[in-house]
Amino acid sequence: MIECKNLYKAYVNGDVETQAVCGISFKIEKGEFVSIIGPSGSGKSTLMHILGALDSPTSGQYLLEGKDVSKFSDNELSDLRREKIGFVFQSFNLLPRTTVLRNVMLPLLYSDLSYSQREKKAKNALEYAGMDKDKFLNLSNQLSGGQMQRVAIARALVNEPAIILADEPTGNLDTKTSRIVMETFKELNSKGHTIVLITHEMEVANFANRVISIRDGLIEKDERKKHI
Amino acid sequence: MIKDLLKETIWSLSTNKARSGLTILGIVIGIASVITMVAIGQGVQGSIEKNIESIGSNLIVIMPGAQRVGGISQGGGSNQTLTLEDSDAIKTQVQTIKAVAPEATRRYQVTARGANTNTQVVGTVPDYMTVRNITMNIGSFFSDQQVKSSAKVAILGPTTRDDLFGANADPTGQSIRIKNVDFQVIGVTDAKGGSGFSNPDDTIFVPLGSAQHFLAGNDFLSDISVAAADQNSMTSVQQQISDLLLARHKITDPTQADFNILNQNDIIATATTITNTFTILLSSIAGISLLVGGIGIMNMMLTSVTERTREIGLRKAVGIRKLHINLQFLAEAVMLTFLGGLIGIALGWLASLAVTRFVPTLTTQISVSSIFLAFGVSAAVGIIFGFYPARRAANLNPIEALRYE
Repeated sequence: MIECKNLYKAYVNGDVETQAVCGISFKIEKGEFVSIIGPSGSGKSTLMHILGALDSPTSGQYLLEGKDVSKFSDNELSDLRREKIGFVFQSFNLLPRTTVLRNVMLPLLYSDLSYSQREKKAKNALEYAGMDKDKFLNLSNQLSGGQMQRVAIARALVNEPAIILADEPTGNLDTKTSRIVMETFKELNSKGHTIVLITHEMEVANFANRVISIRDGLIEKDERKKHI
Repeated sequence: MIKDLLKETIWSLSTNKARSGLTILGIVIGIASVITMVAIGQGVQGSIEKNIESIGSNLIVIMPGAQRVGGISQGGGSNQTLTLEDSDAIKTQVQTIKAVAPEATRRYQVTARGANTNTQVVGTVPDYMTVRNITMNIGSFFSDQQVKSSAKVAILGPTTRDDLFGANADPTGQSIRIKNVDFQVIGVTDAKGGSGFSNPDDTIFVPLGSAQHFLAGNDFLSDISVAAADQNSMTSVQQQISDLLLARHKITDPTQADFNILNQNDIIATATTITNTFTILLSSIAGISLLVGGIGIMNMMLTSVTERTREIGLRKAVGIRKLHINLQFLAEAVMLTFLGGLIGIALGWLASLAVTRFVPTLTTQISVSSIFLAFGVSAAVGIIFGFYPARRAANLNPIEALRYE
């Protein structure tokens, strides 16, 4: 499903070149729940941006469903993000002063679907992510952190993506809410969704079935846990 | 897709009412101020031109020169050198003239039925109507016969009529008292507009002889007005009059002439210089307001779009194409500037009407070119600065845009 072959990514800032990712290769199969863990500066965010088709690698190959994404044009990358990837960000990134429903419908904008079809899809996704029906028309800034992240998850799900990429989804949440959000991810995984989670907290990473540890742009450990 | 774009634009503008409102306000003020400013300027120009025209057309005025007492000038018009004979000579001997009107003008206190006013009393002849473009509203002007017999009749200007008898009253048949002499009112002239010390509307006309005998007590004229047949003959008429009067007054050196000749073309030329200067002044004011308005619009657009860099990043991250993001921001900018433009034009128009209403001497004229200029510049500034930063943000890597603070 996802295959990375010898990925490199370097940032050039003036005369200084920083190697963020120095030769990472791994494979993620459909239906897996993978955590990528590492301290800050380890290159995990860069890796996540490459996996999310937000950034392209300096060298190496990134294959998503067999297609080499590293050679895509800007528009092709946009289409890929819309159709295959669902993002959940640390800072939620909801549109401010906008209803929950409208936030979830954002990725469906400019598609061929009619308004009622979009609304139906968005409602389904929200219910799927465990959002209360009576909150659908609340404004995004009136929600609690946990509710906001649920809306963000619903937004990630609305196009039925191949993978869900979560970048520190619990970073702005308290322990209790974090747990609820992580349970939601676990549930989604049990329904067959492929999830890649980026975090620096072992506790959070342990919700996954597989933990990839990254340090200094290289894979340090790749552990699979046995299912009970 | 266009439906989506429109919906998204309207939604985006209406969710951020304060921001949209302020942007529109900037555009409205920019456009309205330019339109009003130009309208007032053109109104002032128009009123200056109208004032000059109300004096008469192709007019040449001969006034007595300065009296010299032991080498000390007493000022223009102080000399008593013009007589009715001079006027008659001009009438009979000068070519290509339409009419000649000798005048004996002075200010007097005038009373009527308890009301009183201080106004200029013009003693003249019926030809004055031709020379000064005077038309009658009520009654008729006095006749040549009444001039010859020094009849005690008077024609009132509308302002004088209002002062003495009340607005729009018909004073014919009533009598007014000038310097203890009773005159019977036989007519009222049409309003000509114009203002100032020699306002043609604030005047009483009496037969020349009556003014000389009963009021001034001498035979001298305060000036002679001559209407040339047409614009082209004015210079030649002026020359002929000058030669004739020099000969009649037995003066050989033209620099020692005891009279001055004022040509309306000179007045028009002076006025044109004034109005041209005025136009430059107004254009610079309008230009500065347009510049200030443009910078205001630019600021609003730049801040509001920069503020939305994160939103643009999010839109990119969830897979909306660059083209669609660009189009949305372009549509927003166009909609804002057009809304602001329409309101601005309406407001500028209303402001111009209000000025006309509350300043009666000024009739503002809204110029179409000022509307196009103000609207064009504001729209261009609004669209460029609404679209360009959005385009820049849409070209950013979505991650950078999302991190933008």
